[in-house]
Amino acid sequence: MRLSQLKVGERGTVKEFTDLEMSVKLMEMGCLPGEEIRVDRIAPLGDPIAVNVAGYQLSLRKREAATIVLM
Amino acid sequence: MKADIRIALVGNPNTGKSTLFNVLTGLNQKIGNFPGVTVDKKVGYCTLPDGRMAEVIDLPGAYSLYPKSRDEAIVFSVLADRSNELNPDLVIVILDATNLKRNLLLYTQVADLKIPVIIALNMMDMAKKADITIDVDAFAEKLGVPVVPISARKTEGIDKLKEAIAFANKIALQQDSIDVEALAPQLIADIKKEIAVANPYFALQLAHQHETLEFLSSEQSDRIEELEKEHAFHSQKAQGAETMARYNFINDLLYDTVTKKVTAEEESISNRIDKVLTHKVFGFVIFFGILLFIFQSIFAWSAYPMGLIADAFVWLQSNLHQYLPVGPLTNLLVDGVIAGLSGVMVFIPQIAILFGLISILEDTGYMSRVTFMMDKIMRKVGLNGKSVVPLIGGFACAVPSIMSTRTIESWKDRMITIMVTPLVTCSARLPVYTLLISLVVPNKNVWWIFNMQGLALTAMYLFSLVSAVVVAWVMKYILKSRERGYFIMELPVYRTPRWGNVLHSMWDRSKTFVFQAGKVIIAVSVILWVLASFGPGGRFSKIDDKYRQTSYQKVAPDSLKRMIASQKLENSYAGMLGHVIEPVIKPLGFDWKIGIALITSFAAREVFVGTMATMYSVNGSAEKMESVQQKMREARNPDTGEPVFTLAVAMSLMMFYAFAMQCASTVAVVYRETKDWRWPAAQFAYMTVLAYVASFITFHVLK
Repeated sequence: MRLSQLKVGERGTVKEFTDLEMSVKLMEMGCLPGEEIRVDRIAPLGDPIAVNVAGYQLSLRKREAATIVLM
Repeated sequence: MKADIRIALVGNPNTGKSTLFNVLTGLNQKIGNFPGVTVDKKVGYCTLPDGRMAEVIDLPGAYSLYPKSRDEAIVFSVLADRSNELNPDLVIVILDATNLKRNLLLYTQVADLKIPVIIALNMMDMAKKADITIDVDAFAEKLGVPVVPISARKTEGIDKLKEAIAFANKIALQQDSIDVEALAPQLIADIKKEIAVANPYFALQLAHQHETLEFLSSEQSDRIEELEKEHAFHSQKAQGAETMARYNFINDLLYDTVTKKVTAEEESISNRIDKVLTHKVFGFVIFFGILLFIFQSIFAWSAYPMGLIADAFVWLQSNLHQYLPVGPLTNLLVDGVIAGLSGVMVFIPQIAILFGLISILEDTGYMSRVTFMMDKIMRKVGLNGKSVVPLIGGFACAVPSIMSTRTIESWKDRMITIMVTPLVTCSARLPVYTLLISLVVPNKNVWWIFNMQGLALTAMYLFSLVSAVVVAWVMKYILKSRERGYFIMELPVYRTPRWGNVLHSMWDRSKTFVFQAGKVIIAVSVILWVLASFGPGGRFSKIDDKYRQTSYQKVAPDSLKRMIASQKLENSYAGMLGHVIEPVIKPLGFDWKIGIALITSFAAREVFVGTMATMYSVNGSAEKMESVQQKMREARNPDTGEPVFTLAVAMSLMMFYAFAMQCASTVAVVYRETKDWRWPAAQFAYMTVLAYVASFITFHVLK
């Protein structure tokens, strides 16, 4: 299951990343393996999405969300 | 000003860093440049309780010392490079108490560089509201640094922070956060030996960032590269491992010192606001409403203060002419320098208003939502969600709009936005278009309600937006960027704007514009004035002599004055330049008279109308165009007897004004924002080429 596949309101736990470069940046932003992540909203045009992680809201493109593998 | 201690402010974006900077330094700030990047260097001064003077540097907001952009790279260079002129004696790391976990990552990195650190724990009031309890003493003890709880918005705890600065140690006493050397033991040891650095984390950062650091020599950089190969160092893997280790440390720290009362998860206020503001329908309606409001305020409302400023300068000029002795020096001062100064000052209302509104949008957190909503369409053409504001602002004036691109974080997106914004039909093109359209487009209605002249003008506006988008799309492929196109962005919670910050930003931007772009604008204004007011040899005195003859005594003094002005302009250096460029612009259908107008209107596009008025020796200004129109309609080509301003010529001229960079102020402001002359030069070149090609095609199709 990838983060990009979640619907609004659904949650999951980060397991691993498929893109090394992206993972470095995501982890710096507090999106680490073991963190719970919840999809808060999808932009009106369908992309990007807003997720709640580590106590704040982060927005990322679907393509980027697809690199996050959930447990 | 001589300072006793130098302090750097470091923190994540949206933590209230600028607010703290403003509170600490008041209006005692100056804005300068960091070499090689576009972000402003903000330095201010603050008196400490013990009477010493502290120099405070506001560093760009960053989530980590590993930079995502060139602007963020400044943070590490300033902190780590001892020879950097801004290298601080003390760092204040500002942490958002409501989001300590992510904020602490940057703190642990800075702390491991072993520079003396103080923590300013900001937004304590918000943390209390969110039922977050922080054991500040335990927190400070575990980290080994002074921790001062503050609320920068309410200016609470600022005195305590100043005391802490005054008492700060000259040596770093903080605890190690992670075992840095375990990440790459041999490599760190070798770099420490090779480059002669004592701090292991500094050595590790050099391994990661050596390719982009200015303060390393190329030999040192090459040597580090060799060492990396030798020890099979993988930068990204090492970064990942480091970040994980840091978060482990942070989790342990927070577990012991911070408790958050777990309440039933209720929907936050921000979320509820977002349901409306990023709604499929209302979201866009509200956004376009806001854009309309911004546009209205810089297009229409700023016209009153702008009129006042212009009138004040006209009054000053006529008074100076009256009281100063007549002569070329007075003319230079009054018609060259003061006229140029007027051309600078007149932008202030637009800049102040636009930046007032933009800083409200930024401060409240709405700007991030604009990016969130518009990203999908804007990125297709190589622009950013935030490019919408400068593009729409460009309909009023490119100058404040280009300054407003600084809200765009991505370097490439920002450059493309700067490059295409001057294509949008600004208000200075309006008098030119109105004049030319009324010359060649019949004032008739089609399909009952649509006025043909109105349609033509609307077409020019739409055309400009389309051309900006097309050029942006092309540039997306031309412009190379070392930065990868991330979007990952924090959506900060909605807050009420801090009015002090809003006023600060209006003041800052206006001041920066006047002192930095102003110089160039005045210089260009003086050069153009000299070109238009002086001629070679004794041409001007011959004209004066000619009109002093008795045969001209019967002519009304006003029209005599205009005849002289017209003849002088024709014989001035600008007039000669008009003749010189005639062969080049002839294929576009332009004669030397239009050539002169093209040259003089480089000061500002609307000058075209005034120059035409002088050329056809009528009393005309942007407001009174009828007489200019009349003369232009009557103008005949001396060789063929055909009218000069045919449909083909007028349309070709409009195309030229649509594309050409006919604005010295924009050139100056692009230089000021990009800090490299190559950008305005490239922009000037591409726009002129486009203008020439578009005019050429238009003229030959319609001829």
